[in-house]
Amino acid sequence: MLTAYLAQANDPTFWLPKQASTVSDNVDGLFTFVYWLSVFFFLVITAMVVYFTLKYRHRPGQTRESAAGHSTALELTWTIIPTLLVLPIFYYGFRGFMDMQVEPPNPYEINVIGKMWSWTYEYPGGVITDELHIPKDVPVRFVLRSDDVLHSFFIPEFRTKKDVVPGRYNRYWVKATQLSPEGGTKPWDIFCAEYCGDNHSTMLSKVWVHEKPEFDAWFKKASDPYIGRSLIQVGETFYKQRGCATCHSTEKDAVIQGPSFRNLFGSQVEMTDGTKLTADENYIRESVLYPQAKIHKGFGAVMPSFLGQFTDRDIDAINWFLKSISDKYPKENLGPGGVIGTGSEPPAGGKPTPNLQPGAQGSPAGGGASTGTGGAVTRPATTAPGAKPGTAAPATPPKPSTGIPDPAPTPAPK
Amino acid sequence: MSATALPFPADHSQPHAGHGHAPGGNYLTHGKGVMSWLFTLDHKRIAIMYMIAILASFFIGGVFAILLRTLLWAPPVADPNNAMAMRAATAAYQFYNHVFTLHGAVMVFMFIIPAVPAIMGNFVLPMQLGAKDVAFPRLNLLSFYCWLGGALFFVYVLISGVLHSAFGTNLPGGFGLDTGWTFYTPYSTAKSAGAVIPATLGAFILGFSSILTGLNFIATIHMLRPKGMTWFRMPLFLWATYSTSVIQVLATPVLAITLLLLIAERALGVGIFDPALGGDPVLYQHFFWFYSHPAVYIMVLPAMGVISELIAVFSRRHIFGYNFIAFSSIAIALLSFIVWGHHMFVSGQSTLANAIFSLLTFSVAIPSAIKVFNWASTLYKGDIRLKTPMLYALGFVMLFTIGGLTGLFLGALSVDVHLTDTYFVVAHFHYVMMGSTLFAFLGGMYYWWPKMFGKMYSEYVGRIAFVIIFVGFNLTFFPQFVMGSHGMPRRYASYPDRPMFVTNHRLSTSGAYIMASGLVLVAFNWVHSLRRGRRAPANPWGANTLEWRTPSPPPHDNFPGPAPVADDPYDFHGWKENPDGSWYLDEAEKKKYADSSHH
Repeated sequence: MLTAYLAQANDPTFWLPKQASTVSDNVDGLFTFVYWLSVFFFLVITAMVVYFTLKYRHRPGQTRESAAGHSTALELTWTIIPTLLVLPIFYYGFRGFMDMQVEPPNPYEINVIGKMWSWTYEYPGGVITDELHIPKDVPVRFVLRSDDVLHSFFIPEFRTKKDVVPGRYNRYWVKATQLSPEGGTKPWDIFCAEYCGDNHSTMLSKVWVHEKPEFDAWFKKASDPYIGRSLIQVGETFYKQRGCATCHSTEKDAVIQGPSFRNLFGSQVEMTDGTKLTADENYIRESVLYPQAKIHKGFGAVMPSFLGQFTDRDIDAINWFLKSISDKYPKENLGPGGVIGTGSEPPAGGKPTPNLQPGAQGSPAGGGASTGTGGAVTRPATTAPGAKPGTAAPATPPKPSTGIPDPAPTPAPK
Repeated sequence: MSATALPFPADHSQPHAGHGHAPGGNYLTHGKGVMSWLFTLDHKRIAIMYMIAILASFFIGGVFAILLRTLLWAPPVADPNNAMAMRAATAAYQFYNHVFTLHGAVMVFMFIIPAVPAIMGNFVLPMQLGAKDVAFPRLNLLSFYCWLGGALFFVYVLISGVLHSAFGTNLPGGFGLDTGWTFYTPYSTAKSAGAVIPATLGAFILGFSSILTGLNFIATIHMLRPKGMTWFRMPLFLWATYSTSVIQVLATPVLAITLLLLIAERALGVGIFDPALGGDPVLYQHFFWFYSHPAVYIMVLPAMGVISELIAVFSRRHIFGYNFIAFSSIAIALLSFIVWGHHMFVSGQSTLANAIFSLLTFSVAIPSAIKVFNWASTLYKGDIRLKTPMLYALGFVMLFTIGGLTGLFLGALSVDVHLTDTYFVVAHFHYVMMGSTLFAFLGGMYYWWPKMFGKMYSEYVGRIAFVIIFVGFNLTFFPQFVMGSHGMPRRYASYPDRPMFVTNHRLSTSGAYIMASGLVLVAFNWVHSLRRGRRAPANPWGANTLEWRTPSPPPHDNFPGPAPVADDPYDFHGWKENPDGSWYLDEAEKKKYADSSHH
């Protein structure tokens, strides 16, 4: 019965969202205490005001006897009682804060980078992603870094928030006690909570909390973007997550900074020096790795180079994506690029985890993508031992290690 | 002795000839022409000039508020994955950022910090003491021109913004302002395209208005009290003004230097706050909040002083707990300096600093609670008249209670981690700045309006406007508590489309429109009274402070003859009501109670 009651305490209330971390119950408990205290005193004061005003309202012709102008006893009462009441508020607030500050040993560490206006997460083992996934019941430490101005990393369901300050690392830890909605398949919100300019209100992100096995599965997929995807989908993922989308749209003729990718592949392109050529695989590859070599006429020489960040296999995938959105490329020729499962795992016909939607399948459900400043460049994934990108699919791919031991079986959920 | 200054029974006050003035002369008619106003040394005229300028600022700040609440009814939401849609929506977000910043900056620097001290302090303080003017009348005029000078810079910022968005013009210094009124670094020094330097220069100059006014009031209260006006004979409005002045003088210079450092970094690249130049952004926050927390007490303390006056007068009862209220004002002023870190609990400052600031923050709640209980107790066995000023005073008591209690949530460390930088904070400070300070300001304006202009406003319209404003205010800001605790961050130009946020934002916007219409009604009431209002008696309220012992409007020298000798400011014995609502003093009866001291 107690667990049922406590489980119900997790649900969103009129005032607060769902409790999803180990510190949520302290925060909510203290909030509730202060809330009822406030209701009580508000009613007392309002009652005094309304009652006295009505009872002692001036009626013509009536005179009042004078009443005392002070009472030391009353003054002491309403000084001492409020003082006694605020002390436990301070104390429990402090205790709860200490719980937020003191990390349990060996937390799982994730670097969180905030920049105008997106969040990026770097996992041990080299996964870089724009979505936060964490396992339930595992202490996770966030190391927060800003690349430019103040931001703040806020997850309401966890009741956690910390400013992200340029020039220093801030840290905080969290241990999620609930799966995110629908068994961990839908995320909770992450907000930027410190004003940071134009797109402060869309500097949003999402956090998924999974059971350990689902987290491992997600991690494996995230480590290798080719798993479970077709080359077209991989190319689209790169387009969204590695900074291309900031400058190149996929709408016909719509220019953000650089030429639109719609109908680019296979089209005739004119360069600033007057030469004309076809935008084929070589052209795309050169544009990605050596963008200053040839400048598309009518555009400036502003594209940053991605040399060292994409392998030839990656550029292959990008080419497939560009082909898939070009009217110059016949649909029937898209077959090879559209086959799922060209990653290092067997084709995804085998055992997709039914409800698991890590979201990293190239669909827009992935949430906040690279809307950062133009030319945002992400670092190449640092490789975990054995998982060299760009190699042909190894016979037995090494399992990317999350570094988190599987938890001991837990008793009934708190 | 004081008989000549007293209003005559059953009659409106006759302006008393004296000191060579033409009969019927008052401070408004003394001296003709614009120059006699622009170069006046009369504290009352300076107060009126402040009033016009400050009310105009309130109007501008209010326009920005309505604009931003309107934008939040249905903000543009673009899929962050769709860069073209984001590009279009970004323009709307940029506009919103300028609007919320200017709403805050104009309201804080040009309205709410100066409002009660510069208008009511200037007008009333010398008279309540029994003095002819403040200690340094020329300094007083200089304070006004500092305000105007600072305001000019803000006008420049506004014009630069309007010209840029309408015509694409780029005035020197940047356009508009989009840093938030707090100017946090490094965004303000390294990233913003706003007119940051003009705006901070404007705030710098406005600060001198505050400092010099504070200095003047401190000197006046110390030096110009006539014999017999002891500290504990002063009306509580003066205790409040004195406490405020102490804060103004000690805290404002810190802001001034901070803003100069900000300008040095932005203009000259001197690395103080920007880590890219070797600086520390959190240092800026410390400097800024060291002033800005005491600043909020500059806003609320004089308002509390007004409330003490209103509640006593309209209950016809001696204020309950005079000594405790007086000492609480001083305590609040002193404690206000040691709690600034509670704005920075999640900045990464040390746990020890957080703990100390949290504990001290609760300490400043206690004197405020003491005041609220004393005000409520003053009503007990009173003879309460619900005139418009009293409605605002009672509204203040209830809304300040909510504002103050929600401060407890924010002072508690663990709860603050969740609530800081959300709409919960926005609601909290609007309850104390608007539900409290603005209400006190409006109550004080209504209260002293007859004295300032010699005209009565319409009670009927005044009461209706109060109800509209009270309802509108609560509808605007209470939903903000709810969405804040659900995680709605502040300074957001758009928000996720879900009922918790959409519904509360729309309730809030509706409330804002209702409140605005109430405020329009208030303005209408005042303007109409100037033209068609009933002539005001010397003492329409039966108050016992000295400004009511002189005609309405007062003569140039404040009193028709020598200043009356003050007795207990809250001793209403002897004041009798005429059938027309004005009050006269029955000297004999007053003498009977002359020595009954309630302190």
